[in-house]
Amino acid sequence: MKWFMRALVGIVLAAAASVATAQGEQYIPLLSYRVGPYAAGGSGYFGGAIDYFTLVNMNGGINGVKILWEECETEYNAARGVECYERLKTRHGGASTVEPLSTGIAYGLFERVAKDKIPMTTNGYGLAIAADGRVFPWVFPLGTTYWDQAAAMVAYLGQKAGGEAKLKGKKIAYLYHDSAYGKEPIPVLDALAARDGFTLIKIPITPPGNTQESQWLQVRQQNPDYAILWGFGVMNPVAIKTAAKLGYPRDRILGVWWAGSEEDVIPAGAAAKGYVTAAFSAAGTNFPVMQEIQKKVYGAGKGNLEDKSRVGSIYHTRGVTYGIMIVEAIRQAQAHFGKGKVMTPEQVRWGLEHIDLSEARLKALGAAGLFPPVKTSCADHEGSGMVKFQQWDGKEFKSLTPFISGDRAFVHQMVVQGADKYAAEKKITPRDCSKEM
Amino acid sequence: MLYREAGQFKESYAADSAIFPILQDRIGVALIVLVAFVVIPLVATPYLFSAILIPCLILALAALGLNLLTGYAGQLSLGAAAFMAVGAFMSYNFALRVPHIPLLLAFVGGGLSAAAVGIVFGLPSLRIRGFYLAVATLAAQFFIIWCLTKVGWFTDNNPSGVITAQAIVIAGHRFESPQEKYLLVLSIVAVMALAAKNLVRGNVGRQWMAIRDMDVAAEVIGIRPMRTKLLAFAISSFYCGVAGALFAYAYLGTVEPEAYSLDLSFRILFMIIIGGTGTVMGAFLGSAFIVVLPIALSTFVEFLDDTLHLGVPSSVSSNLELMVFGALIIFFLIVEPHGLARIWQITKEKLRLWPFPH
Repeated sequence: MKWFMRALVGIVLAAAASVATAQGEQYIPLLSYRVGPYAAGGSGYFGGAIDYFTLVNMNGGINGVKILWEECETEYNAARGVECYERLKTRHGGASTVEPLSTGIAYGLFERVAKDKIPMTTNGYGLAIAADGRVFPWVFPLGTTYWDQAAAMVAYLGQKAGGEAKLKGKKIAYLYHDSAYGKEPIPVLDALAARDGFTLIKIPITPPGNTQESQWLQVRQQNPDYAILWGFGVMNPVAIKTAAKLGYPRDRILGVWWAGSEEDVIPAGAAAKGYVTAAFSAAGTNFPVMQEIQKKVYGAGKGNLEDKSRVGSIYHTRGVTYGIMIVEAIRQAQAHFGKGKVMTPEQVRWGLEHIDLSEARLKALGAAGLFPPVKTSCADHEGSGMVKFQQWDGKEFKSLTPFISGDRAFVHQMVVQGADKYAAEKKITPRDCSKEM
Repeated sequence: MLYREAGQFKESYAADSAIFPILQDRIGVALIVLVAFVVIPLVATPYLFSAILIPCLILALAALGLNLLTGYAGQLSLGAAAFMAVGAFMSYNFALRVPHIPLLLAFVGGGLSAAAVGIVFGLPSLRIRGFYLAVATLAAQFFIIWCLTKVGWFTDNNPSGVITAQAIVIAGHRFESPQEKYLLVLSIVAVMALAAKNLVRGNVGRQWMAIRDMDVAAEVIGIRPMRTKLLAFAISSFYCGVAGALFAYAYLGTVEPEAYSLDLSFRILFMIIIGGTGTVMGAFLGSAFIVVLPIALSTFVEFLDDTLHLGVPSSVSSNLELMVFGALIIFFLIVEPHGLARIWQITKEKLRLWPFPH
């Protein structure tokens, strides 16, 4: 029995020690997924975020406050994600912000975060109308939403055609994942089609999209000028391969950013050459911040990715982008509420509403060009709306454009409309942003 | 010694056919009910309520529904999650479009809609059975999710195609805290489980079992296969529908049709296989196994990692958890192919003789 008691005491002491170290750290739960069909994306993204947090901690934290994170495996499953959130939210004095990187989990957390008063970011996915901070004070689709991406795609295609007015009479096919995710941008695309006078051919692809012959045959018959591919997972390489088989030029296919990672094009092999996609962060290791991560974090053997060649891949830089935005929000909050203090979730929320990552600030962080400048406010929880376009050359993504945006005013008015409808349905009184500081 | 019915004499037919004929069982059930309704709400943490108990109960209800169909009536179905989706989306629409409808009535409406859809997709069961029927119900899974995504009416034309469940207000009381939601879910599940238990002990249940064991023979002794099978589909789908509504209202809040994917159907099927087909208790045991075990495993790995400072990378621990989970499923199925409920039954029989087995 003696050994047992000794072991027990040891465990208790160790547990106490691990709690004790938690004092004075900014705690961020990470609802990551490293197994299952989406593991490639999840491990890259959360690996990137953790790498950046590690770097910040190595450099002394945020004004001395170290970041503490804890991971929980969600398997990209809504129920598991909710469990993880509930499990992690109260630890280490309470979660300061949460990012599930899954639409399903984000929906499950929507009301929970508002009730628990923990800000949730949904970077590059989720509800577009949540960009309206008046109605959704606790949700932050930082960077760009699907709606702004759709508008930017139209703007890019317009640019290619020589001005958005030239889109008149053109045909654009919209091949989408037949789910809430694929349907999200349709209102914007429809509205823009009506305004600019192009024809939108909507072709749903039933998930998971293992066979797409009939859809691409339809594309072949109608021969649209461009085809937007709003896919996810296995659907993307299959689409590219099928398009190649049926002879639709890949450089006329424009993928959504979730169809624009190495994991999406490499399985398609040579067929993917010339394929164009949107992106909310650039890829590569040329940015000073990425170099620093490589040198300091991976150099010290503290990197999170097991496969070092994935450093600088799209999902990895997306994770770093997320890390930079969150750290900046906390830094802003500290500047307002007290430097060197651990911020409460409410203070972090304030910080998220006051992110000001200008060109100069990004340059100082070594992230100029990694992602577009972001400036959030009480009403605008998105802060940028800019998208970059990149082309796969068979080996890596080559940047085609700088960060550009579509007609933001047009999208903004739709966001406000949608948010107002949501508020009326849920009987929420929108905040008056002129009274917020 | 403790669990022995010797000396308990039944003096009437009613007593003999009571739901729990043995005194010890009655005490046991009363204790479980007491713990579930009184003790747990007093001691459990919000985490336990909203992350474990509520989903566990809701999925147990869905598994119970599927068990009525698959375990009792012998009709293999892969559409449980789809019927849950019908229940959820129709409850939402009843609550949204019918003014002043009490929410419980909206749940019933959702359940009845699911039952109606269940009958339609149960029609093939009159001609085909076994794996072929499973494939036919698979059609329900795909068609319903497609339909809910496609037709804007179901989601009130939400641009994202999701529904956000209305607040749960029953008789003027707003069920908001995890505790209240737990009690609501528990009450509904308890009532429906009692109903199911009585259903399967009665005429209907016997007809189902007769059809399950041999439908030609059942027909010969005067059981109408069409009515019996479709009734099984209807009642099963009703249970799934109510479970689906609770899943949206008491658990997730905002849901997309994808939340009720084929994956969930499979999970519910695994619950009844592991819990025990053809038992009411099996649904609860199976749900607990499938919902709680992965969480327990991941917490355990995390605990070991934290206390012993092993520094296990999270990718390893995630994969480890899946491997152990899979191994445990195989272990249980080899040790007891009739499910956890059967283990419990064997335990009871052993207890009867204990401590003198000869």
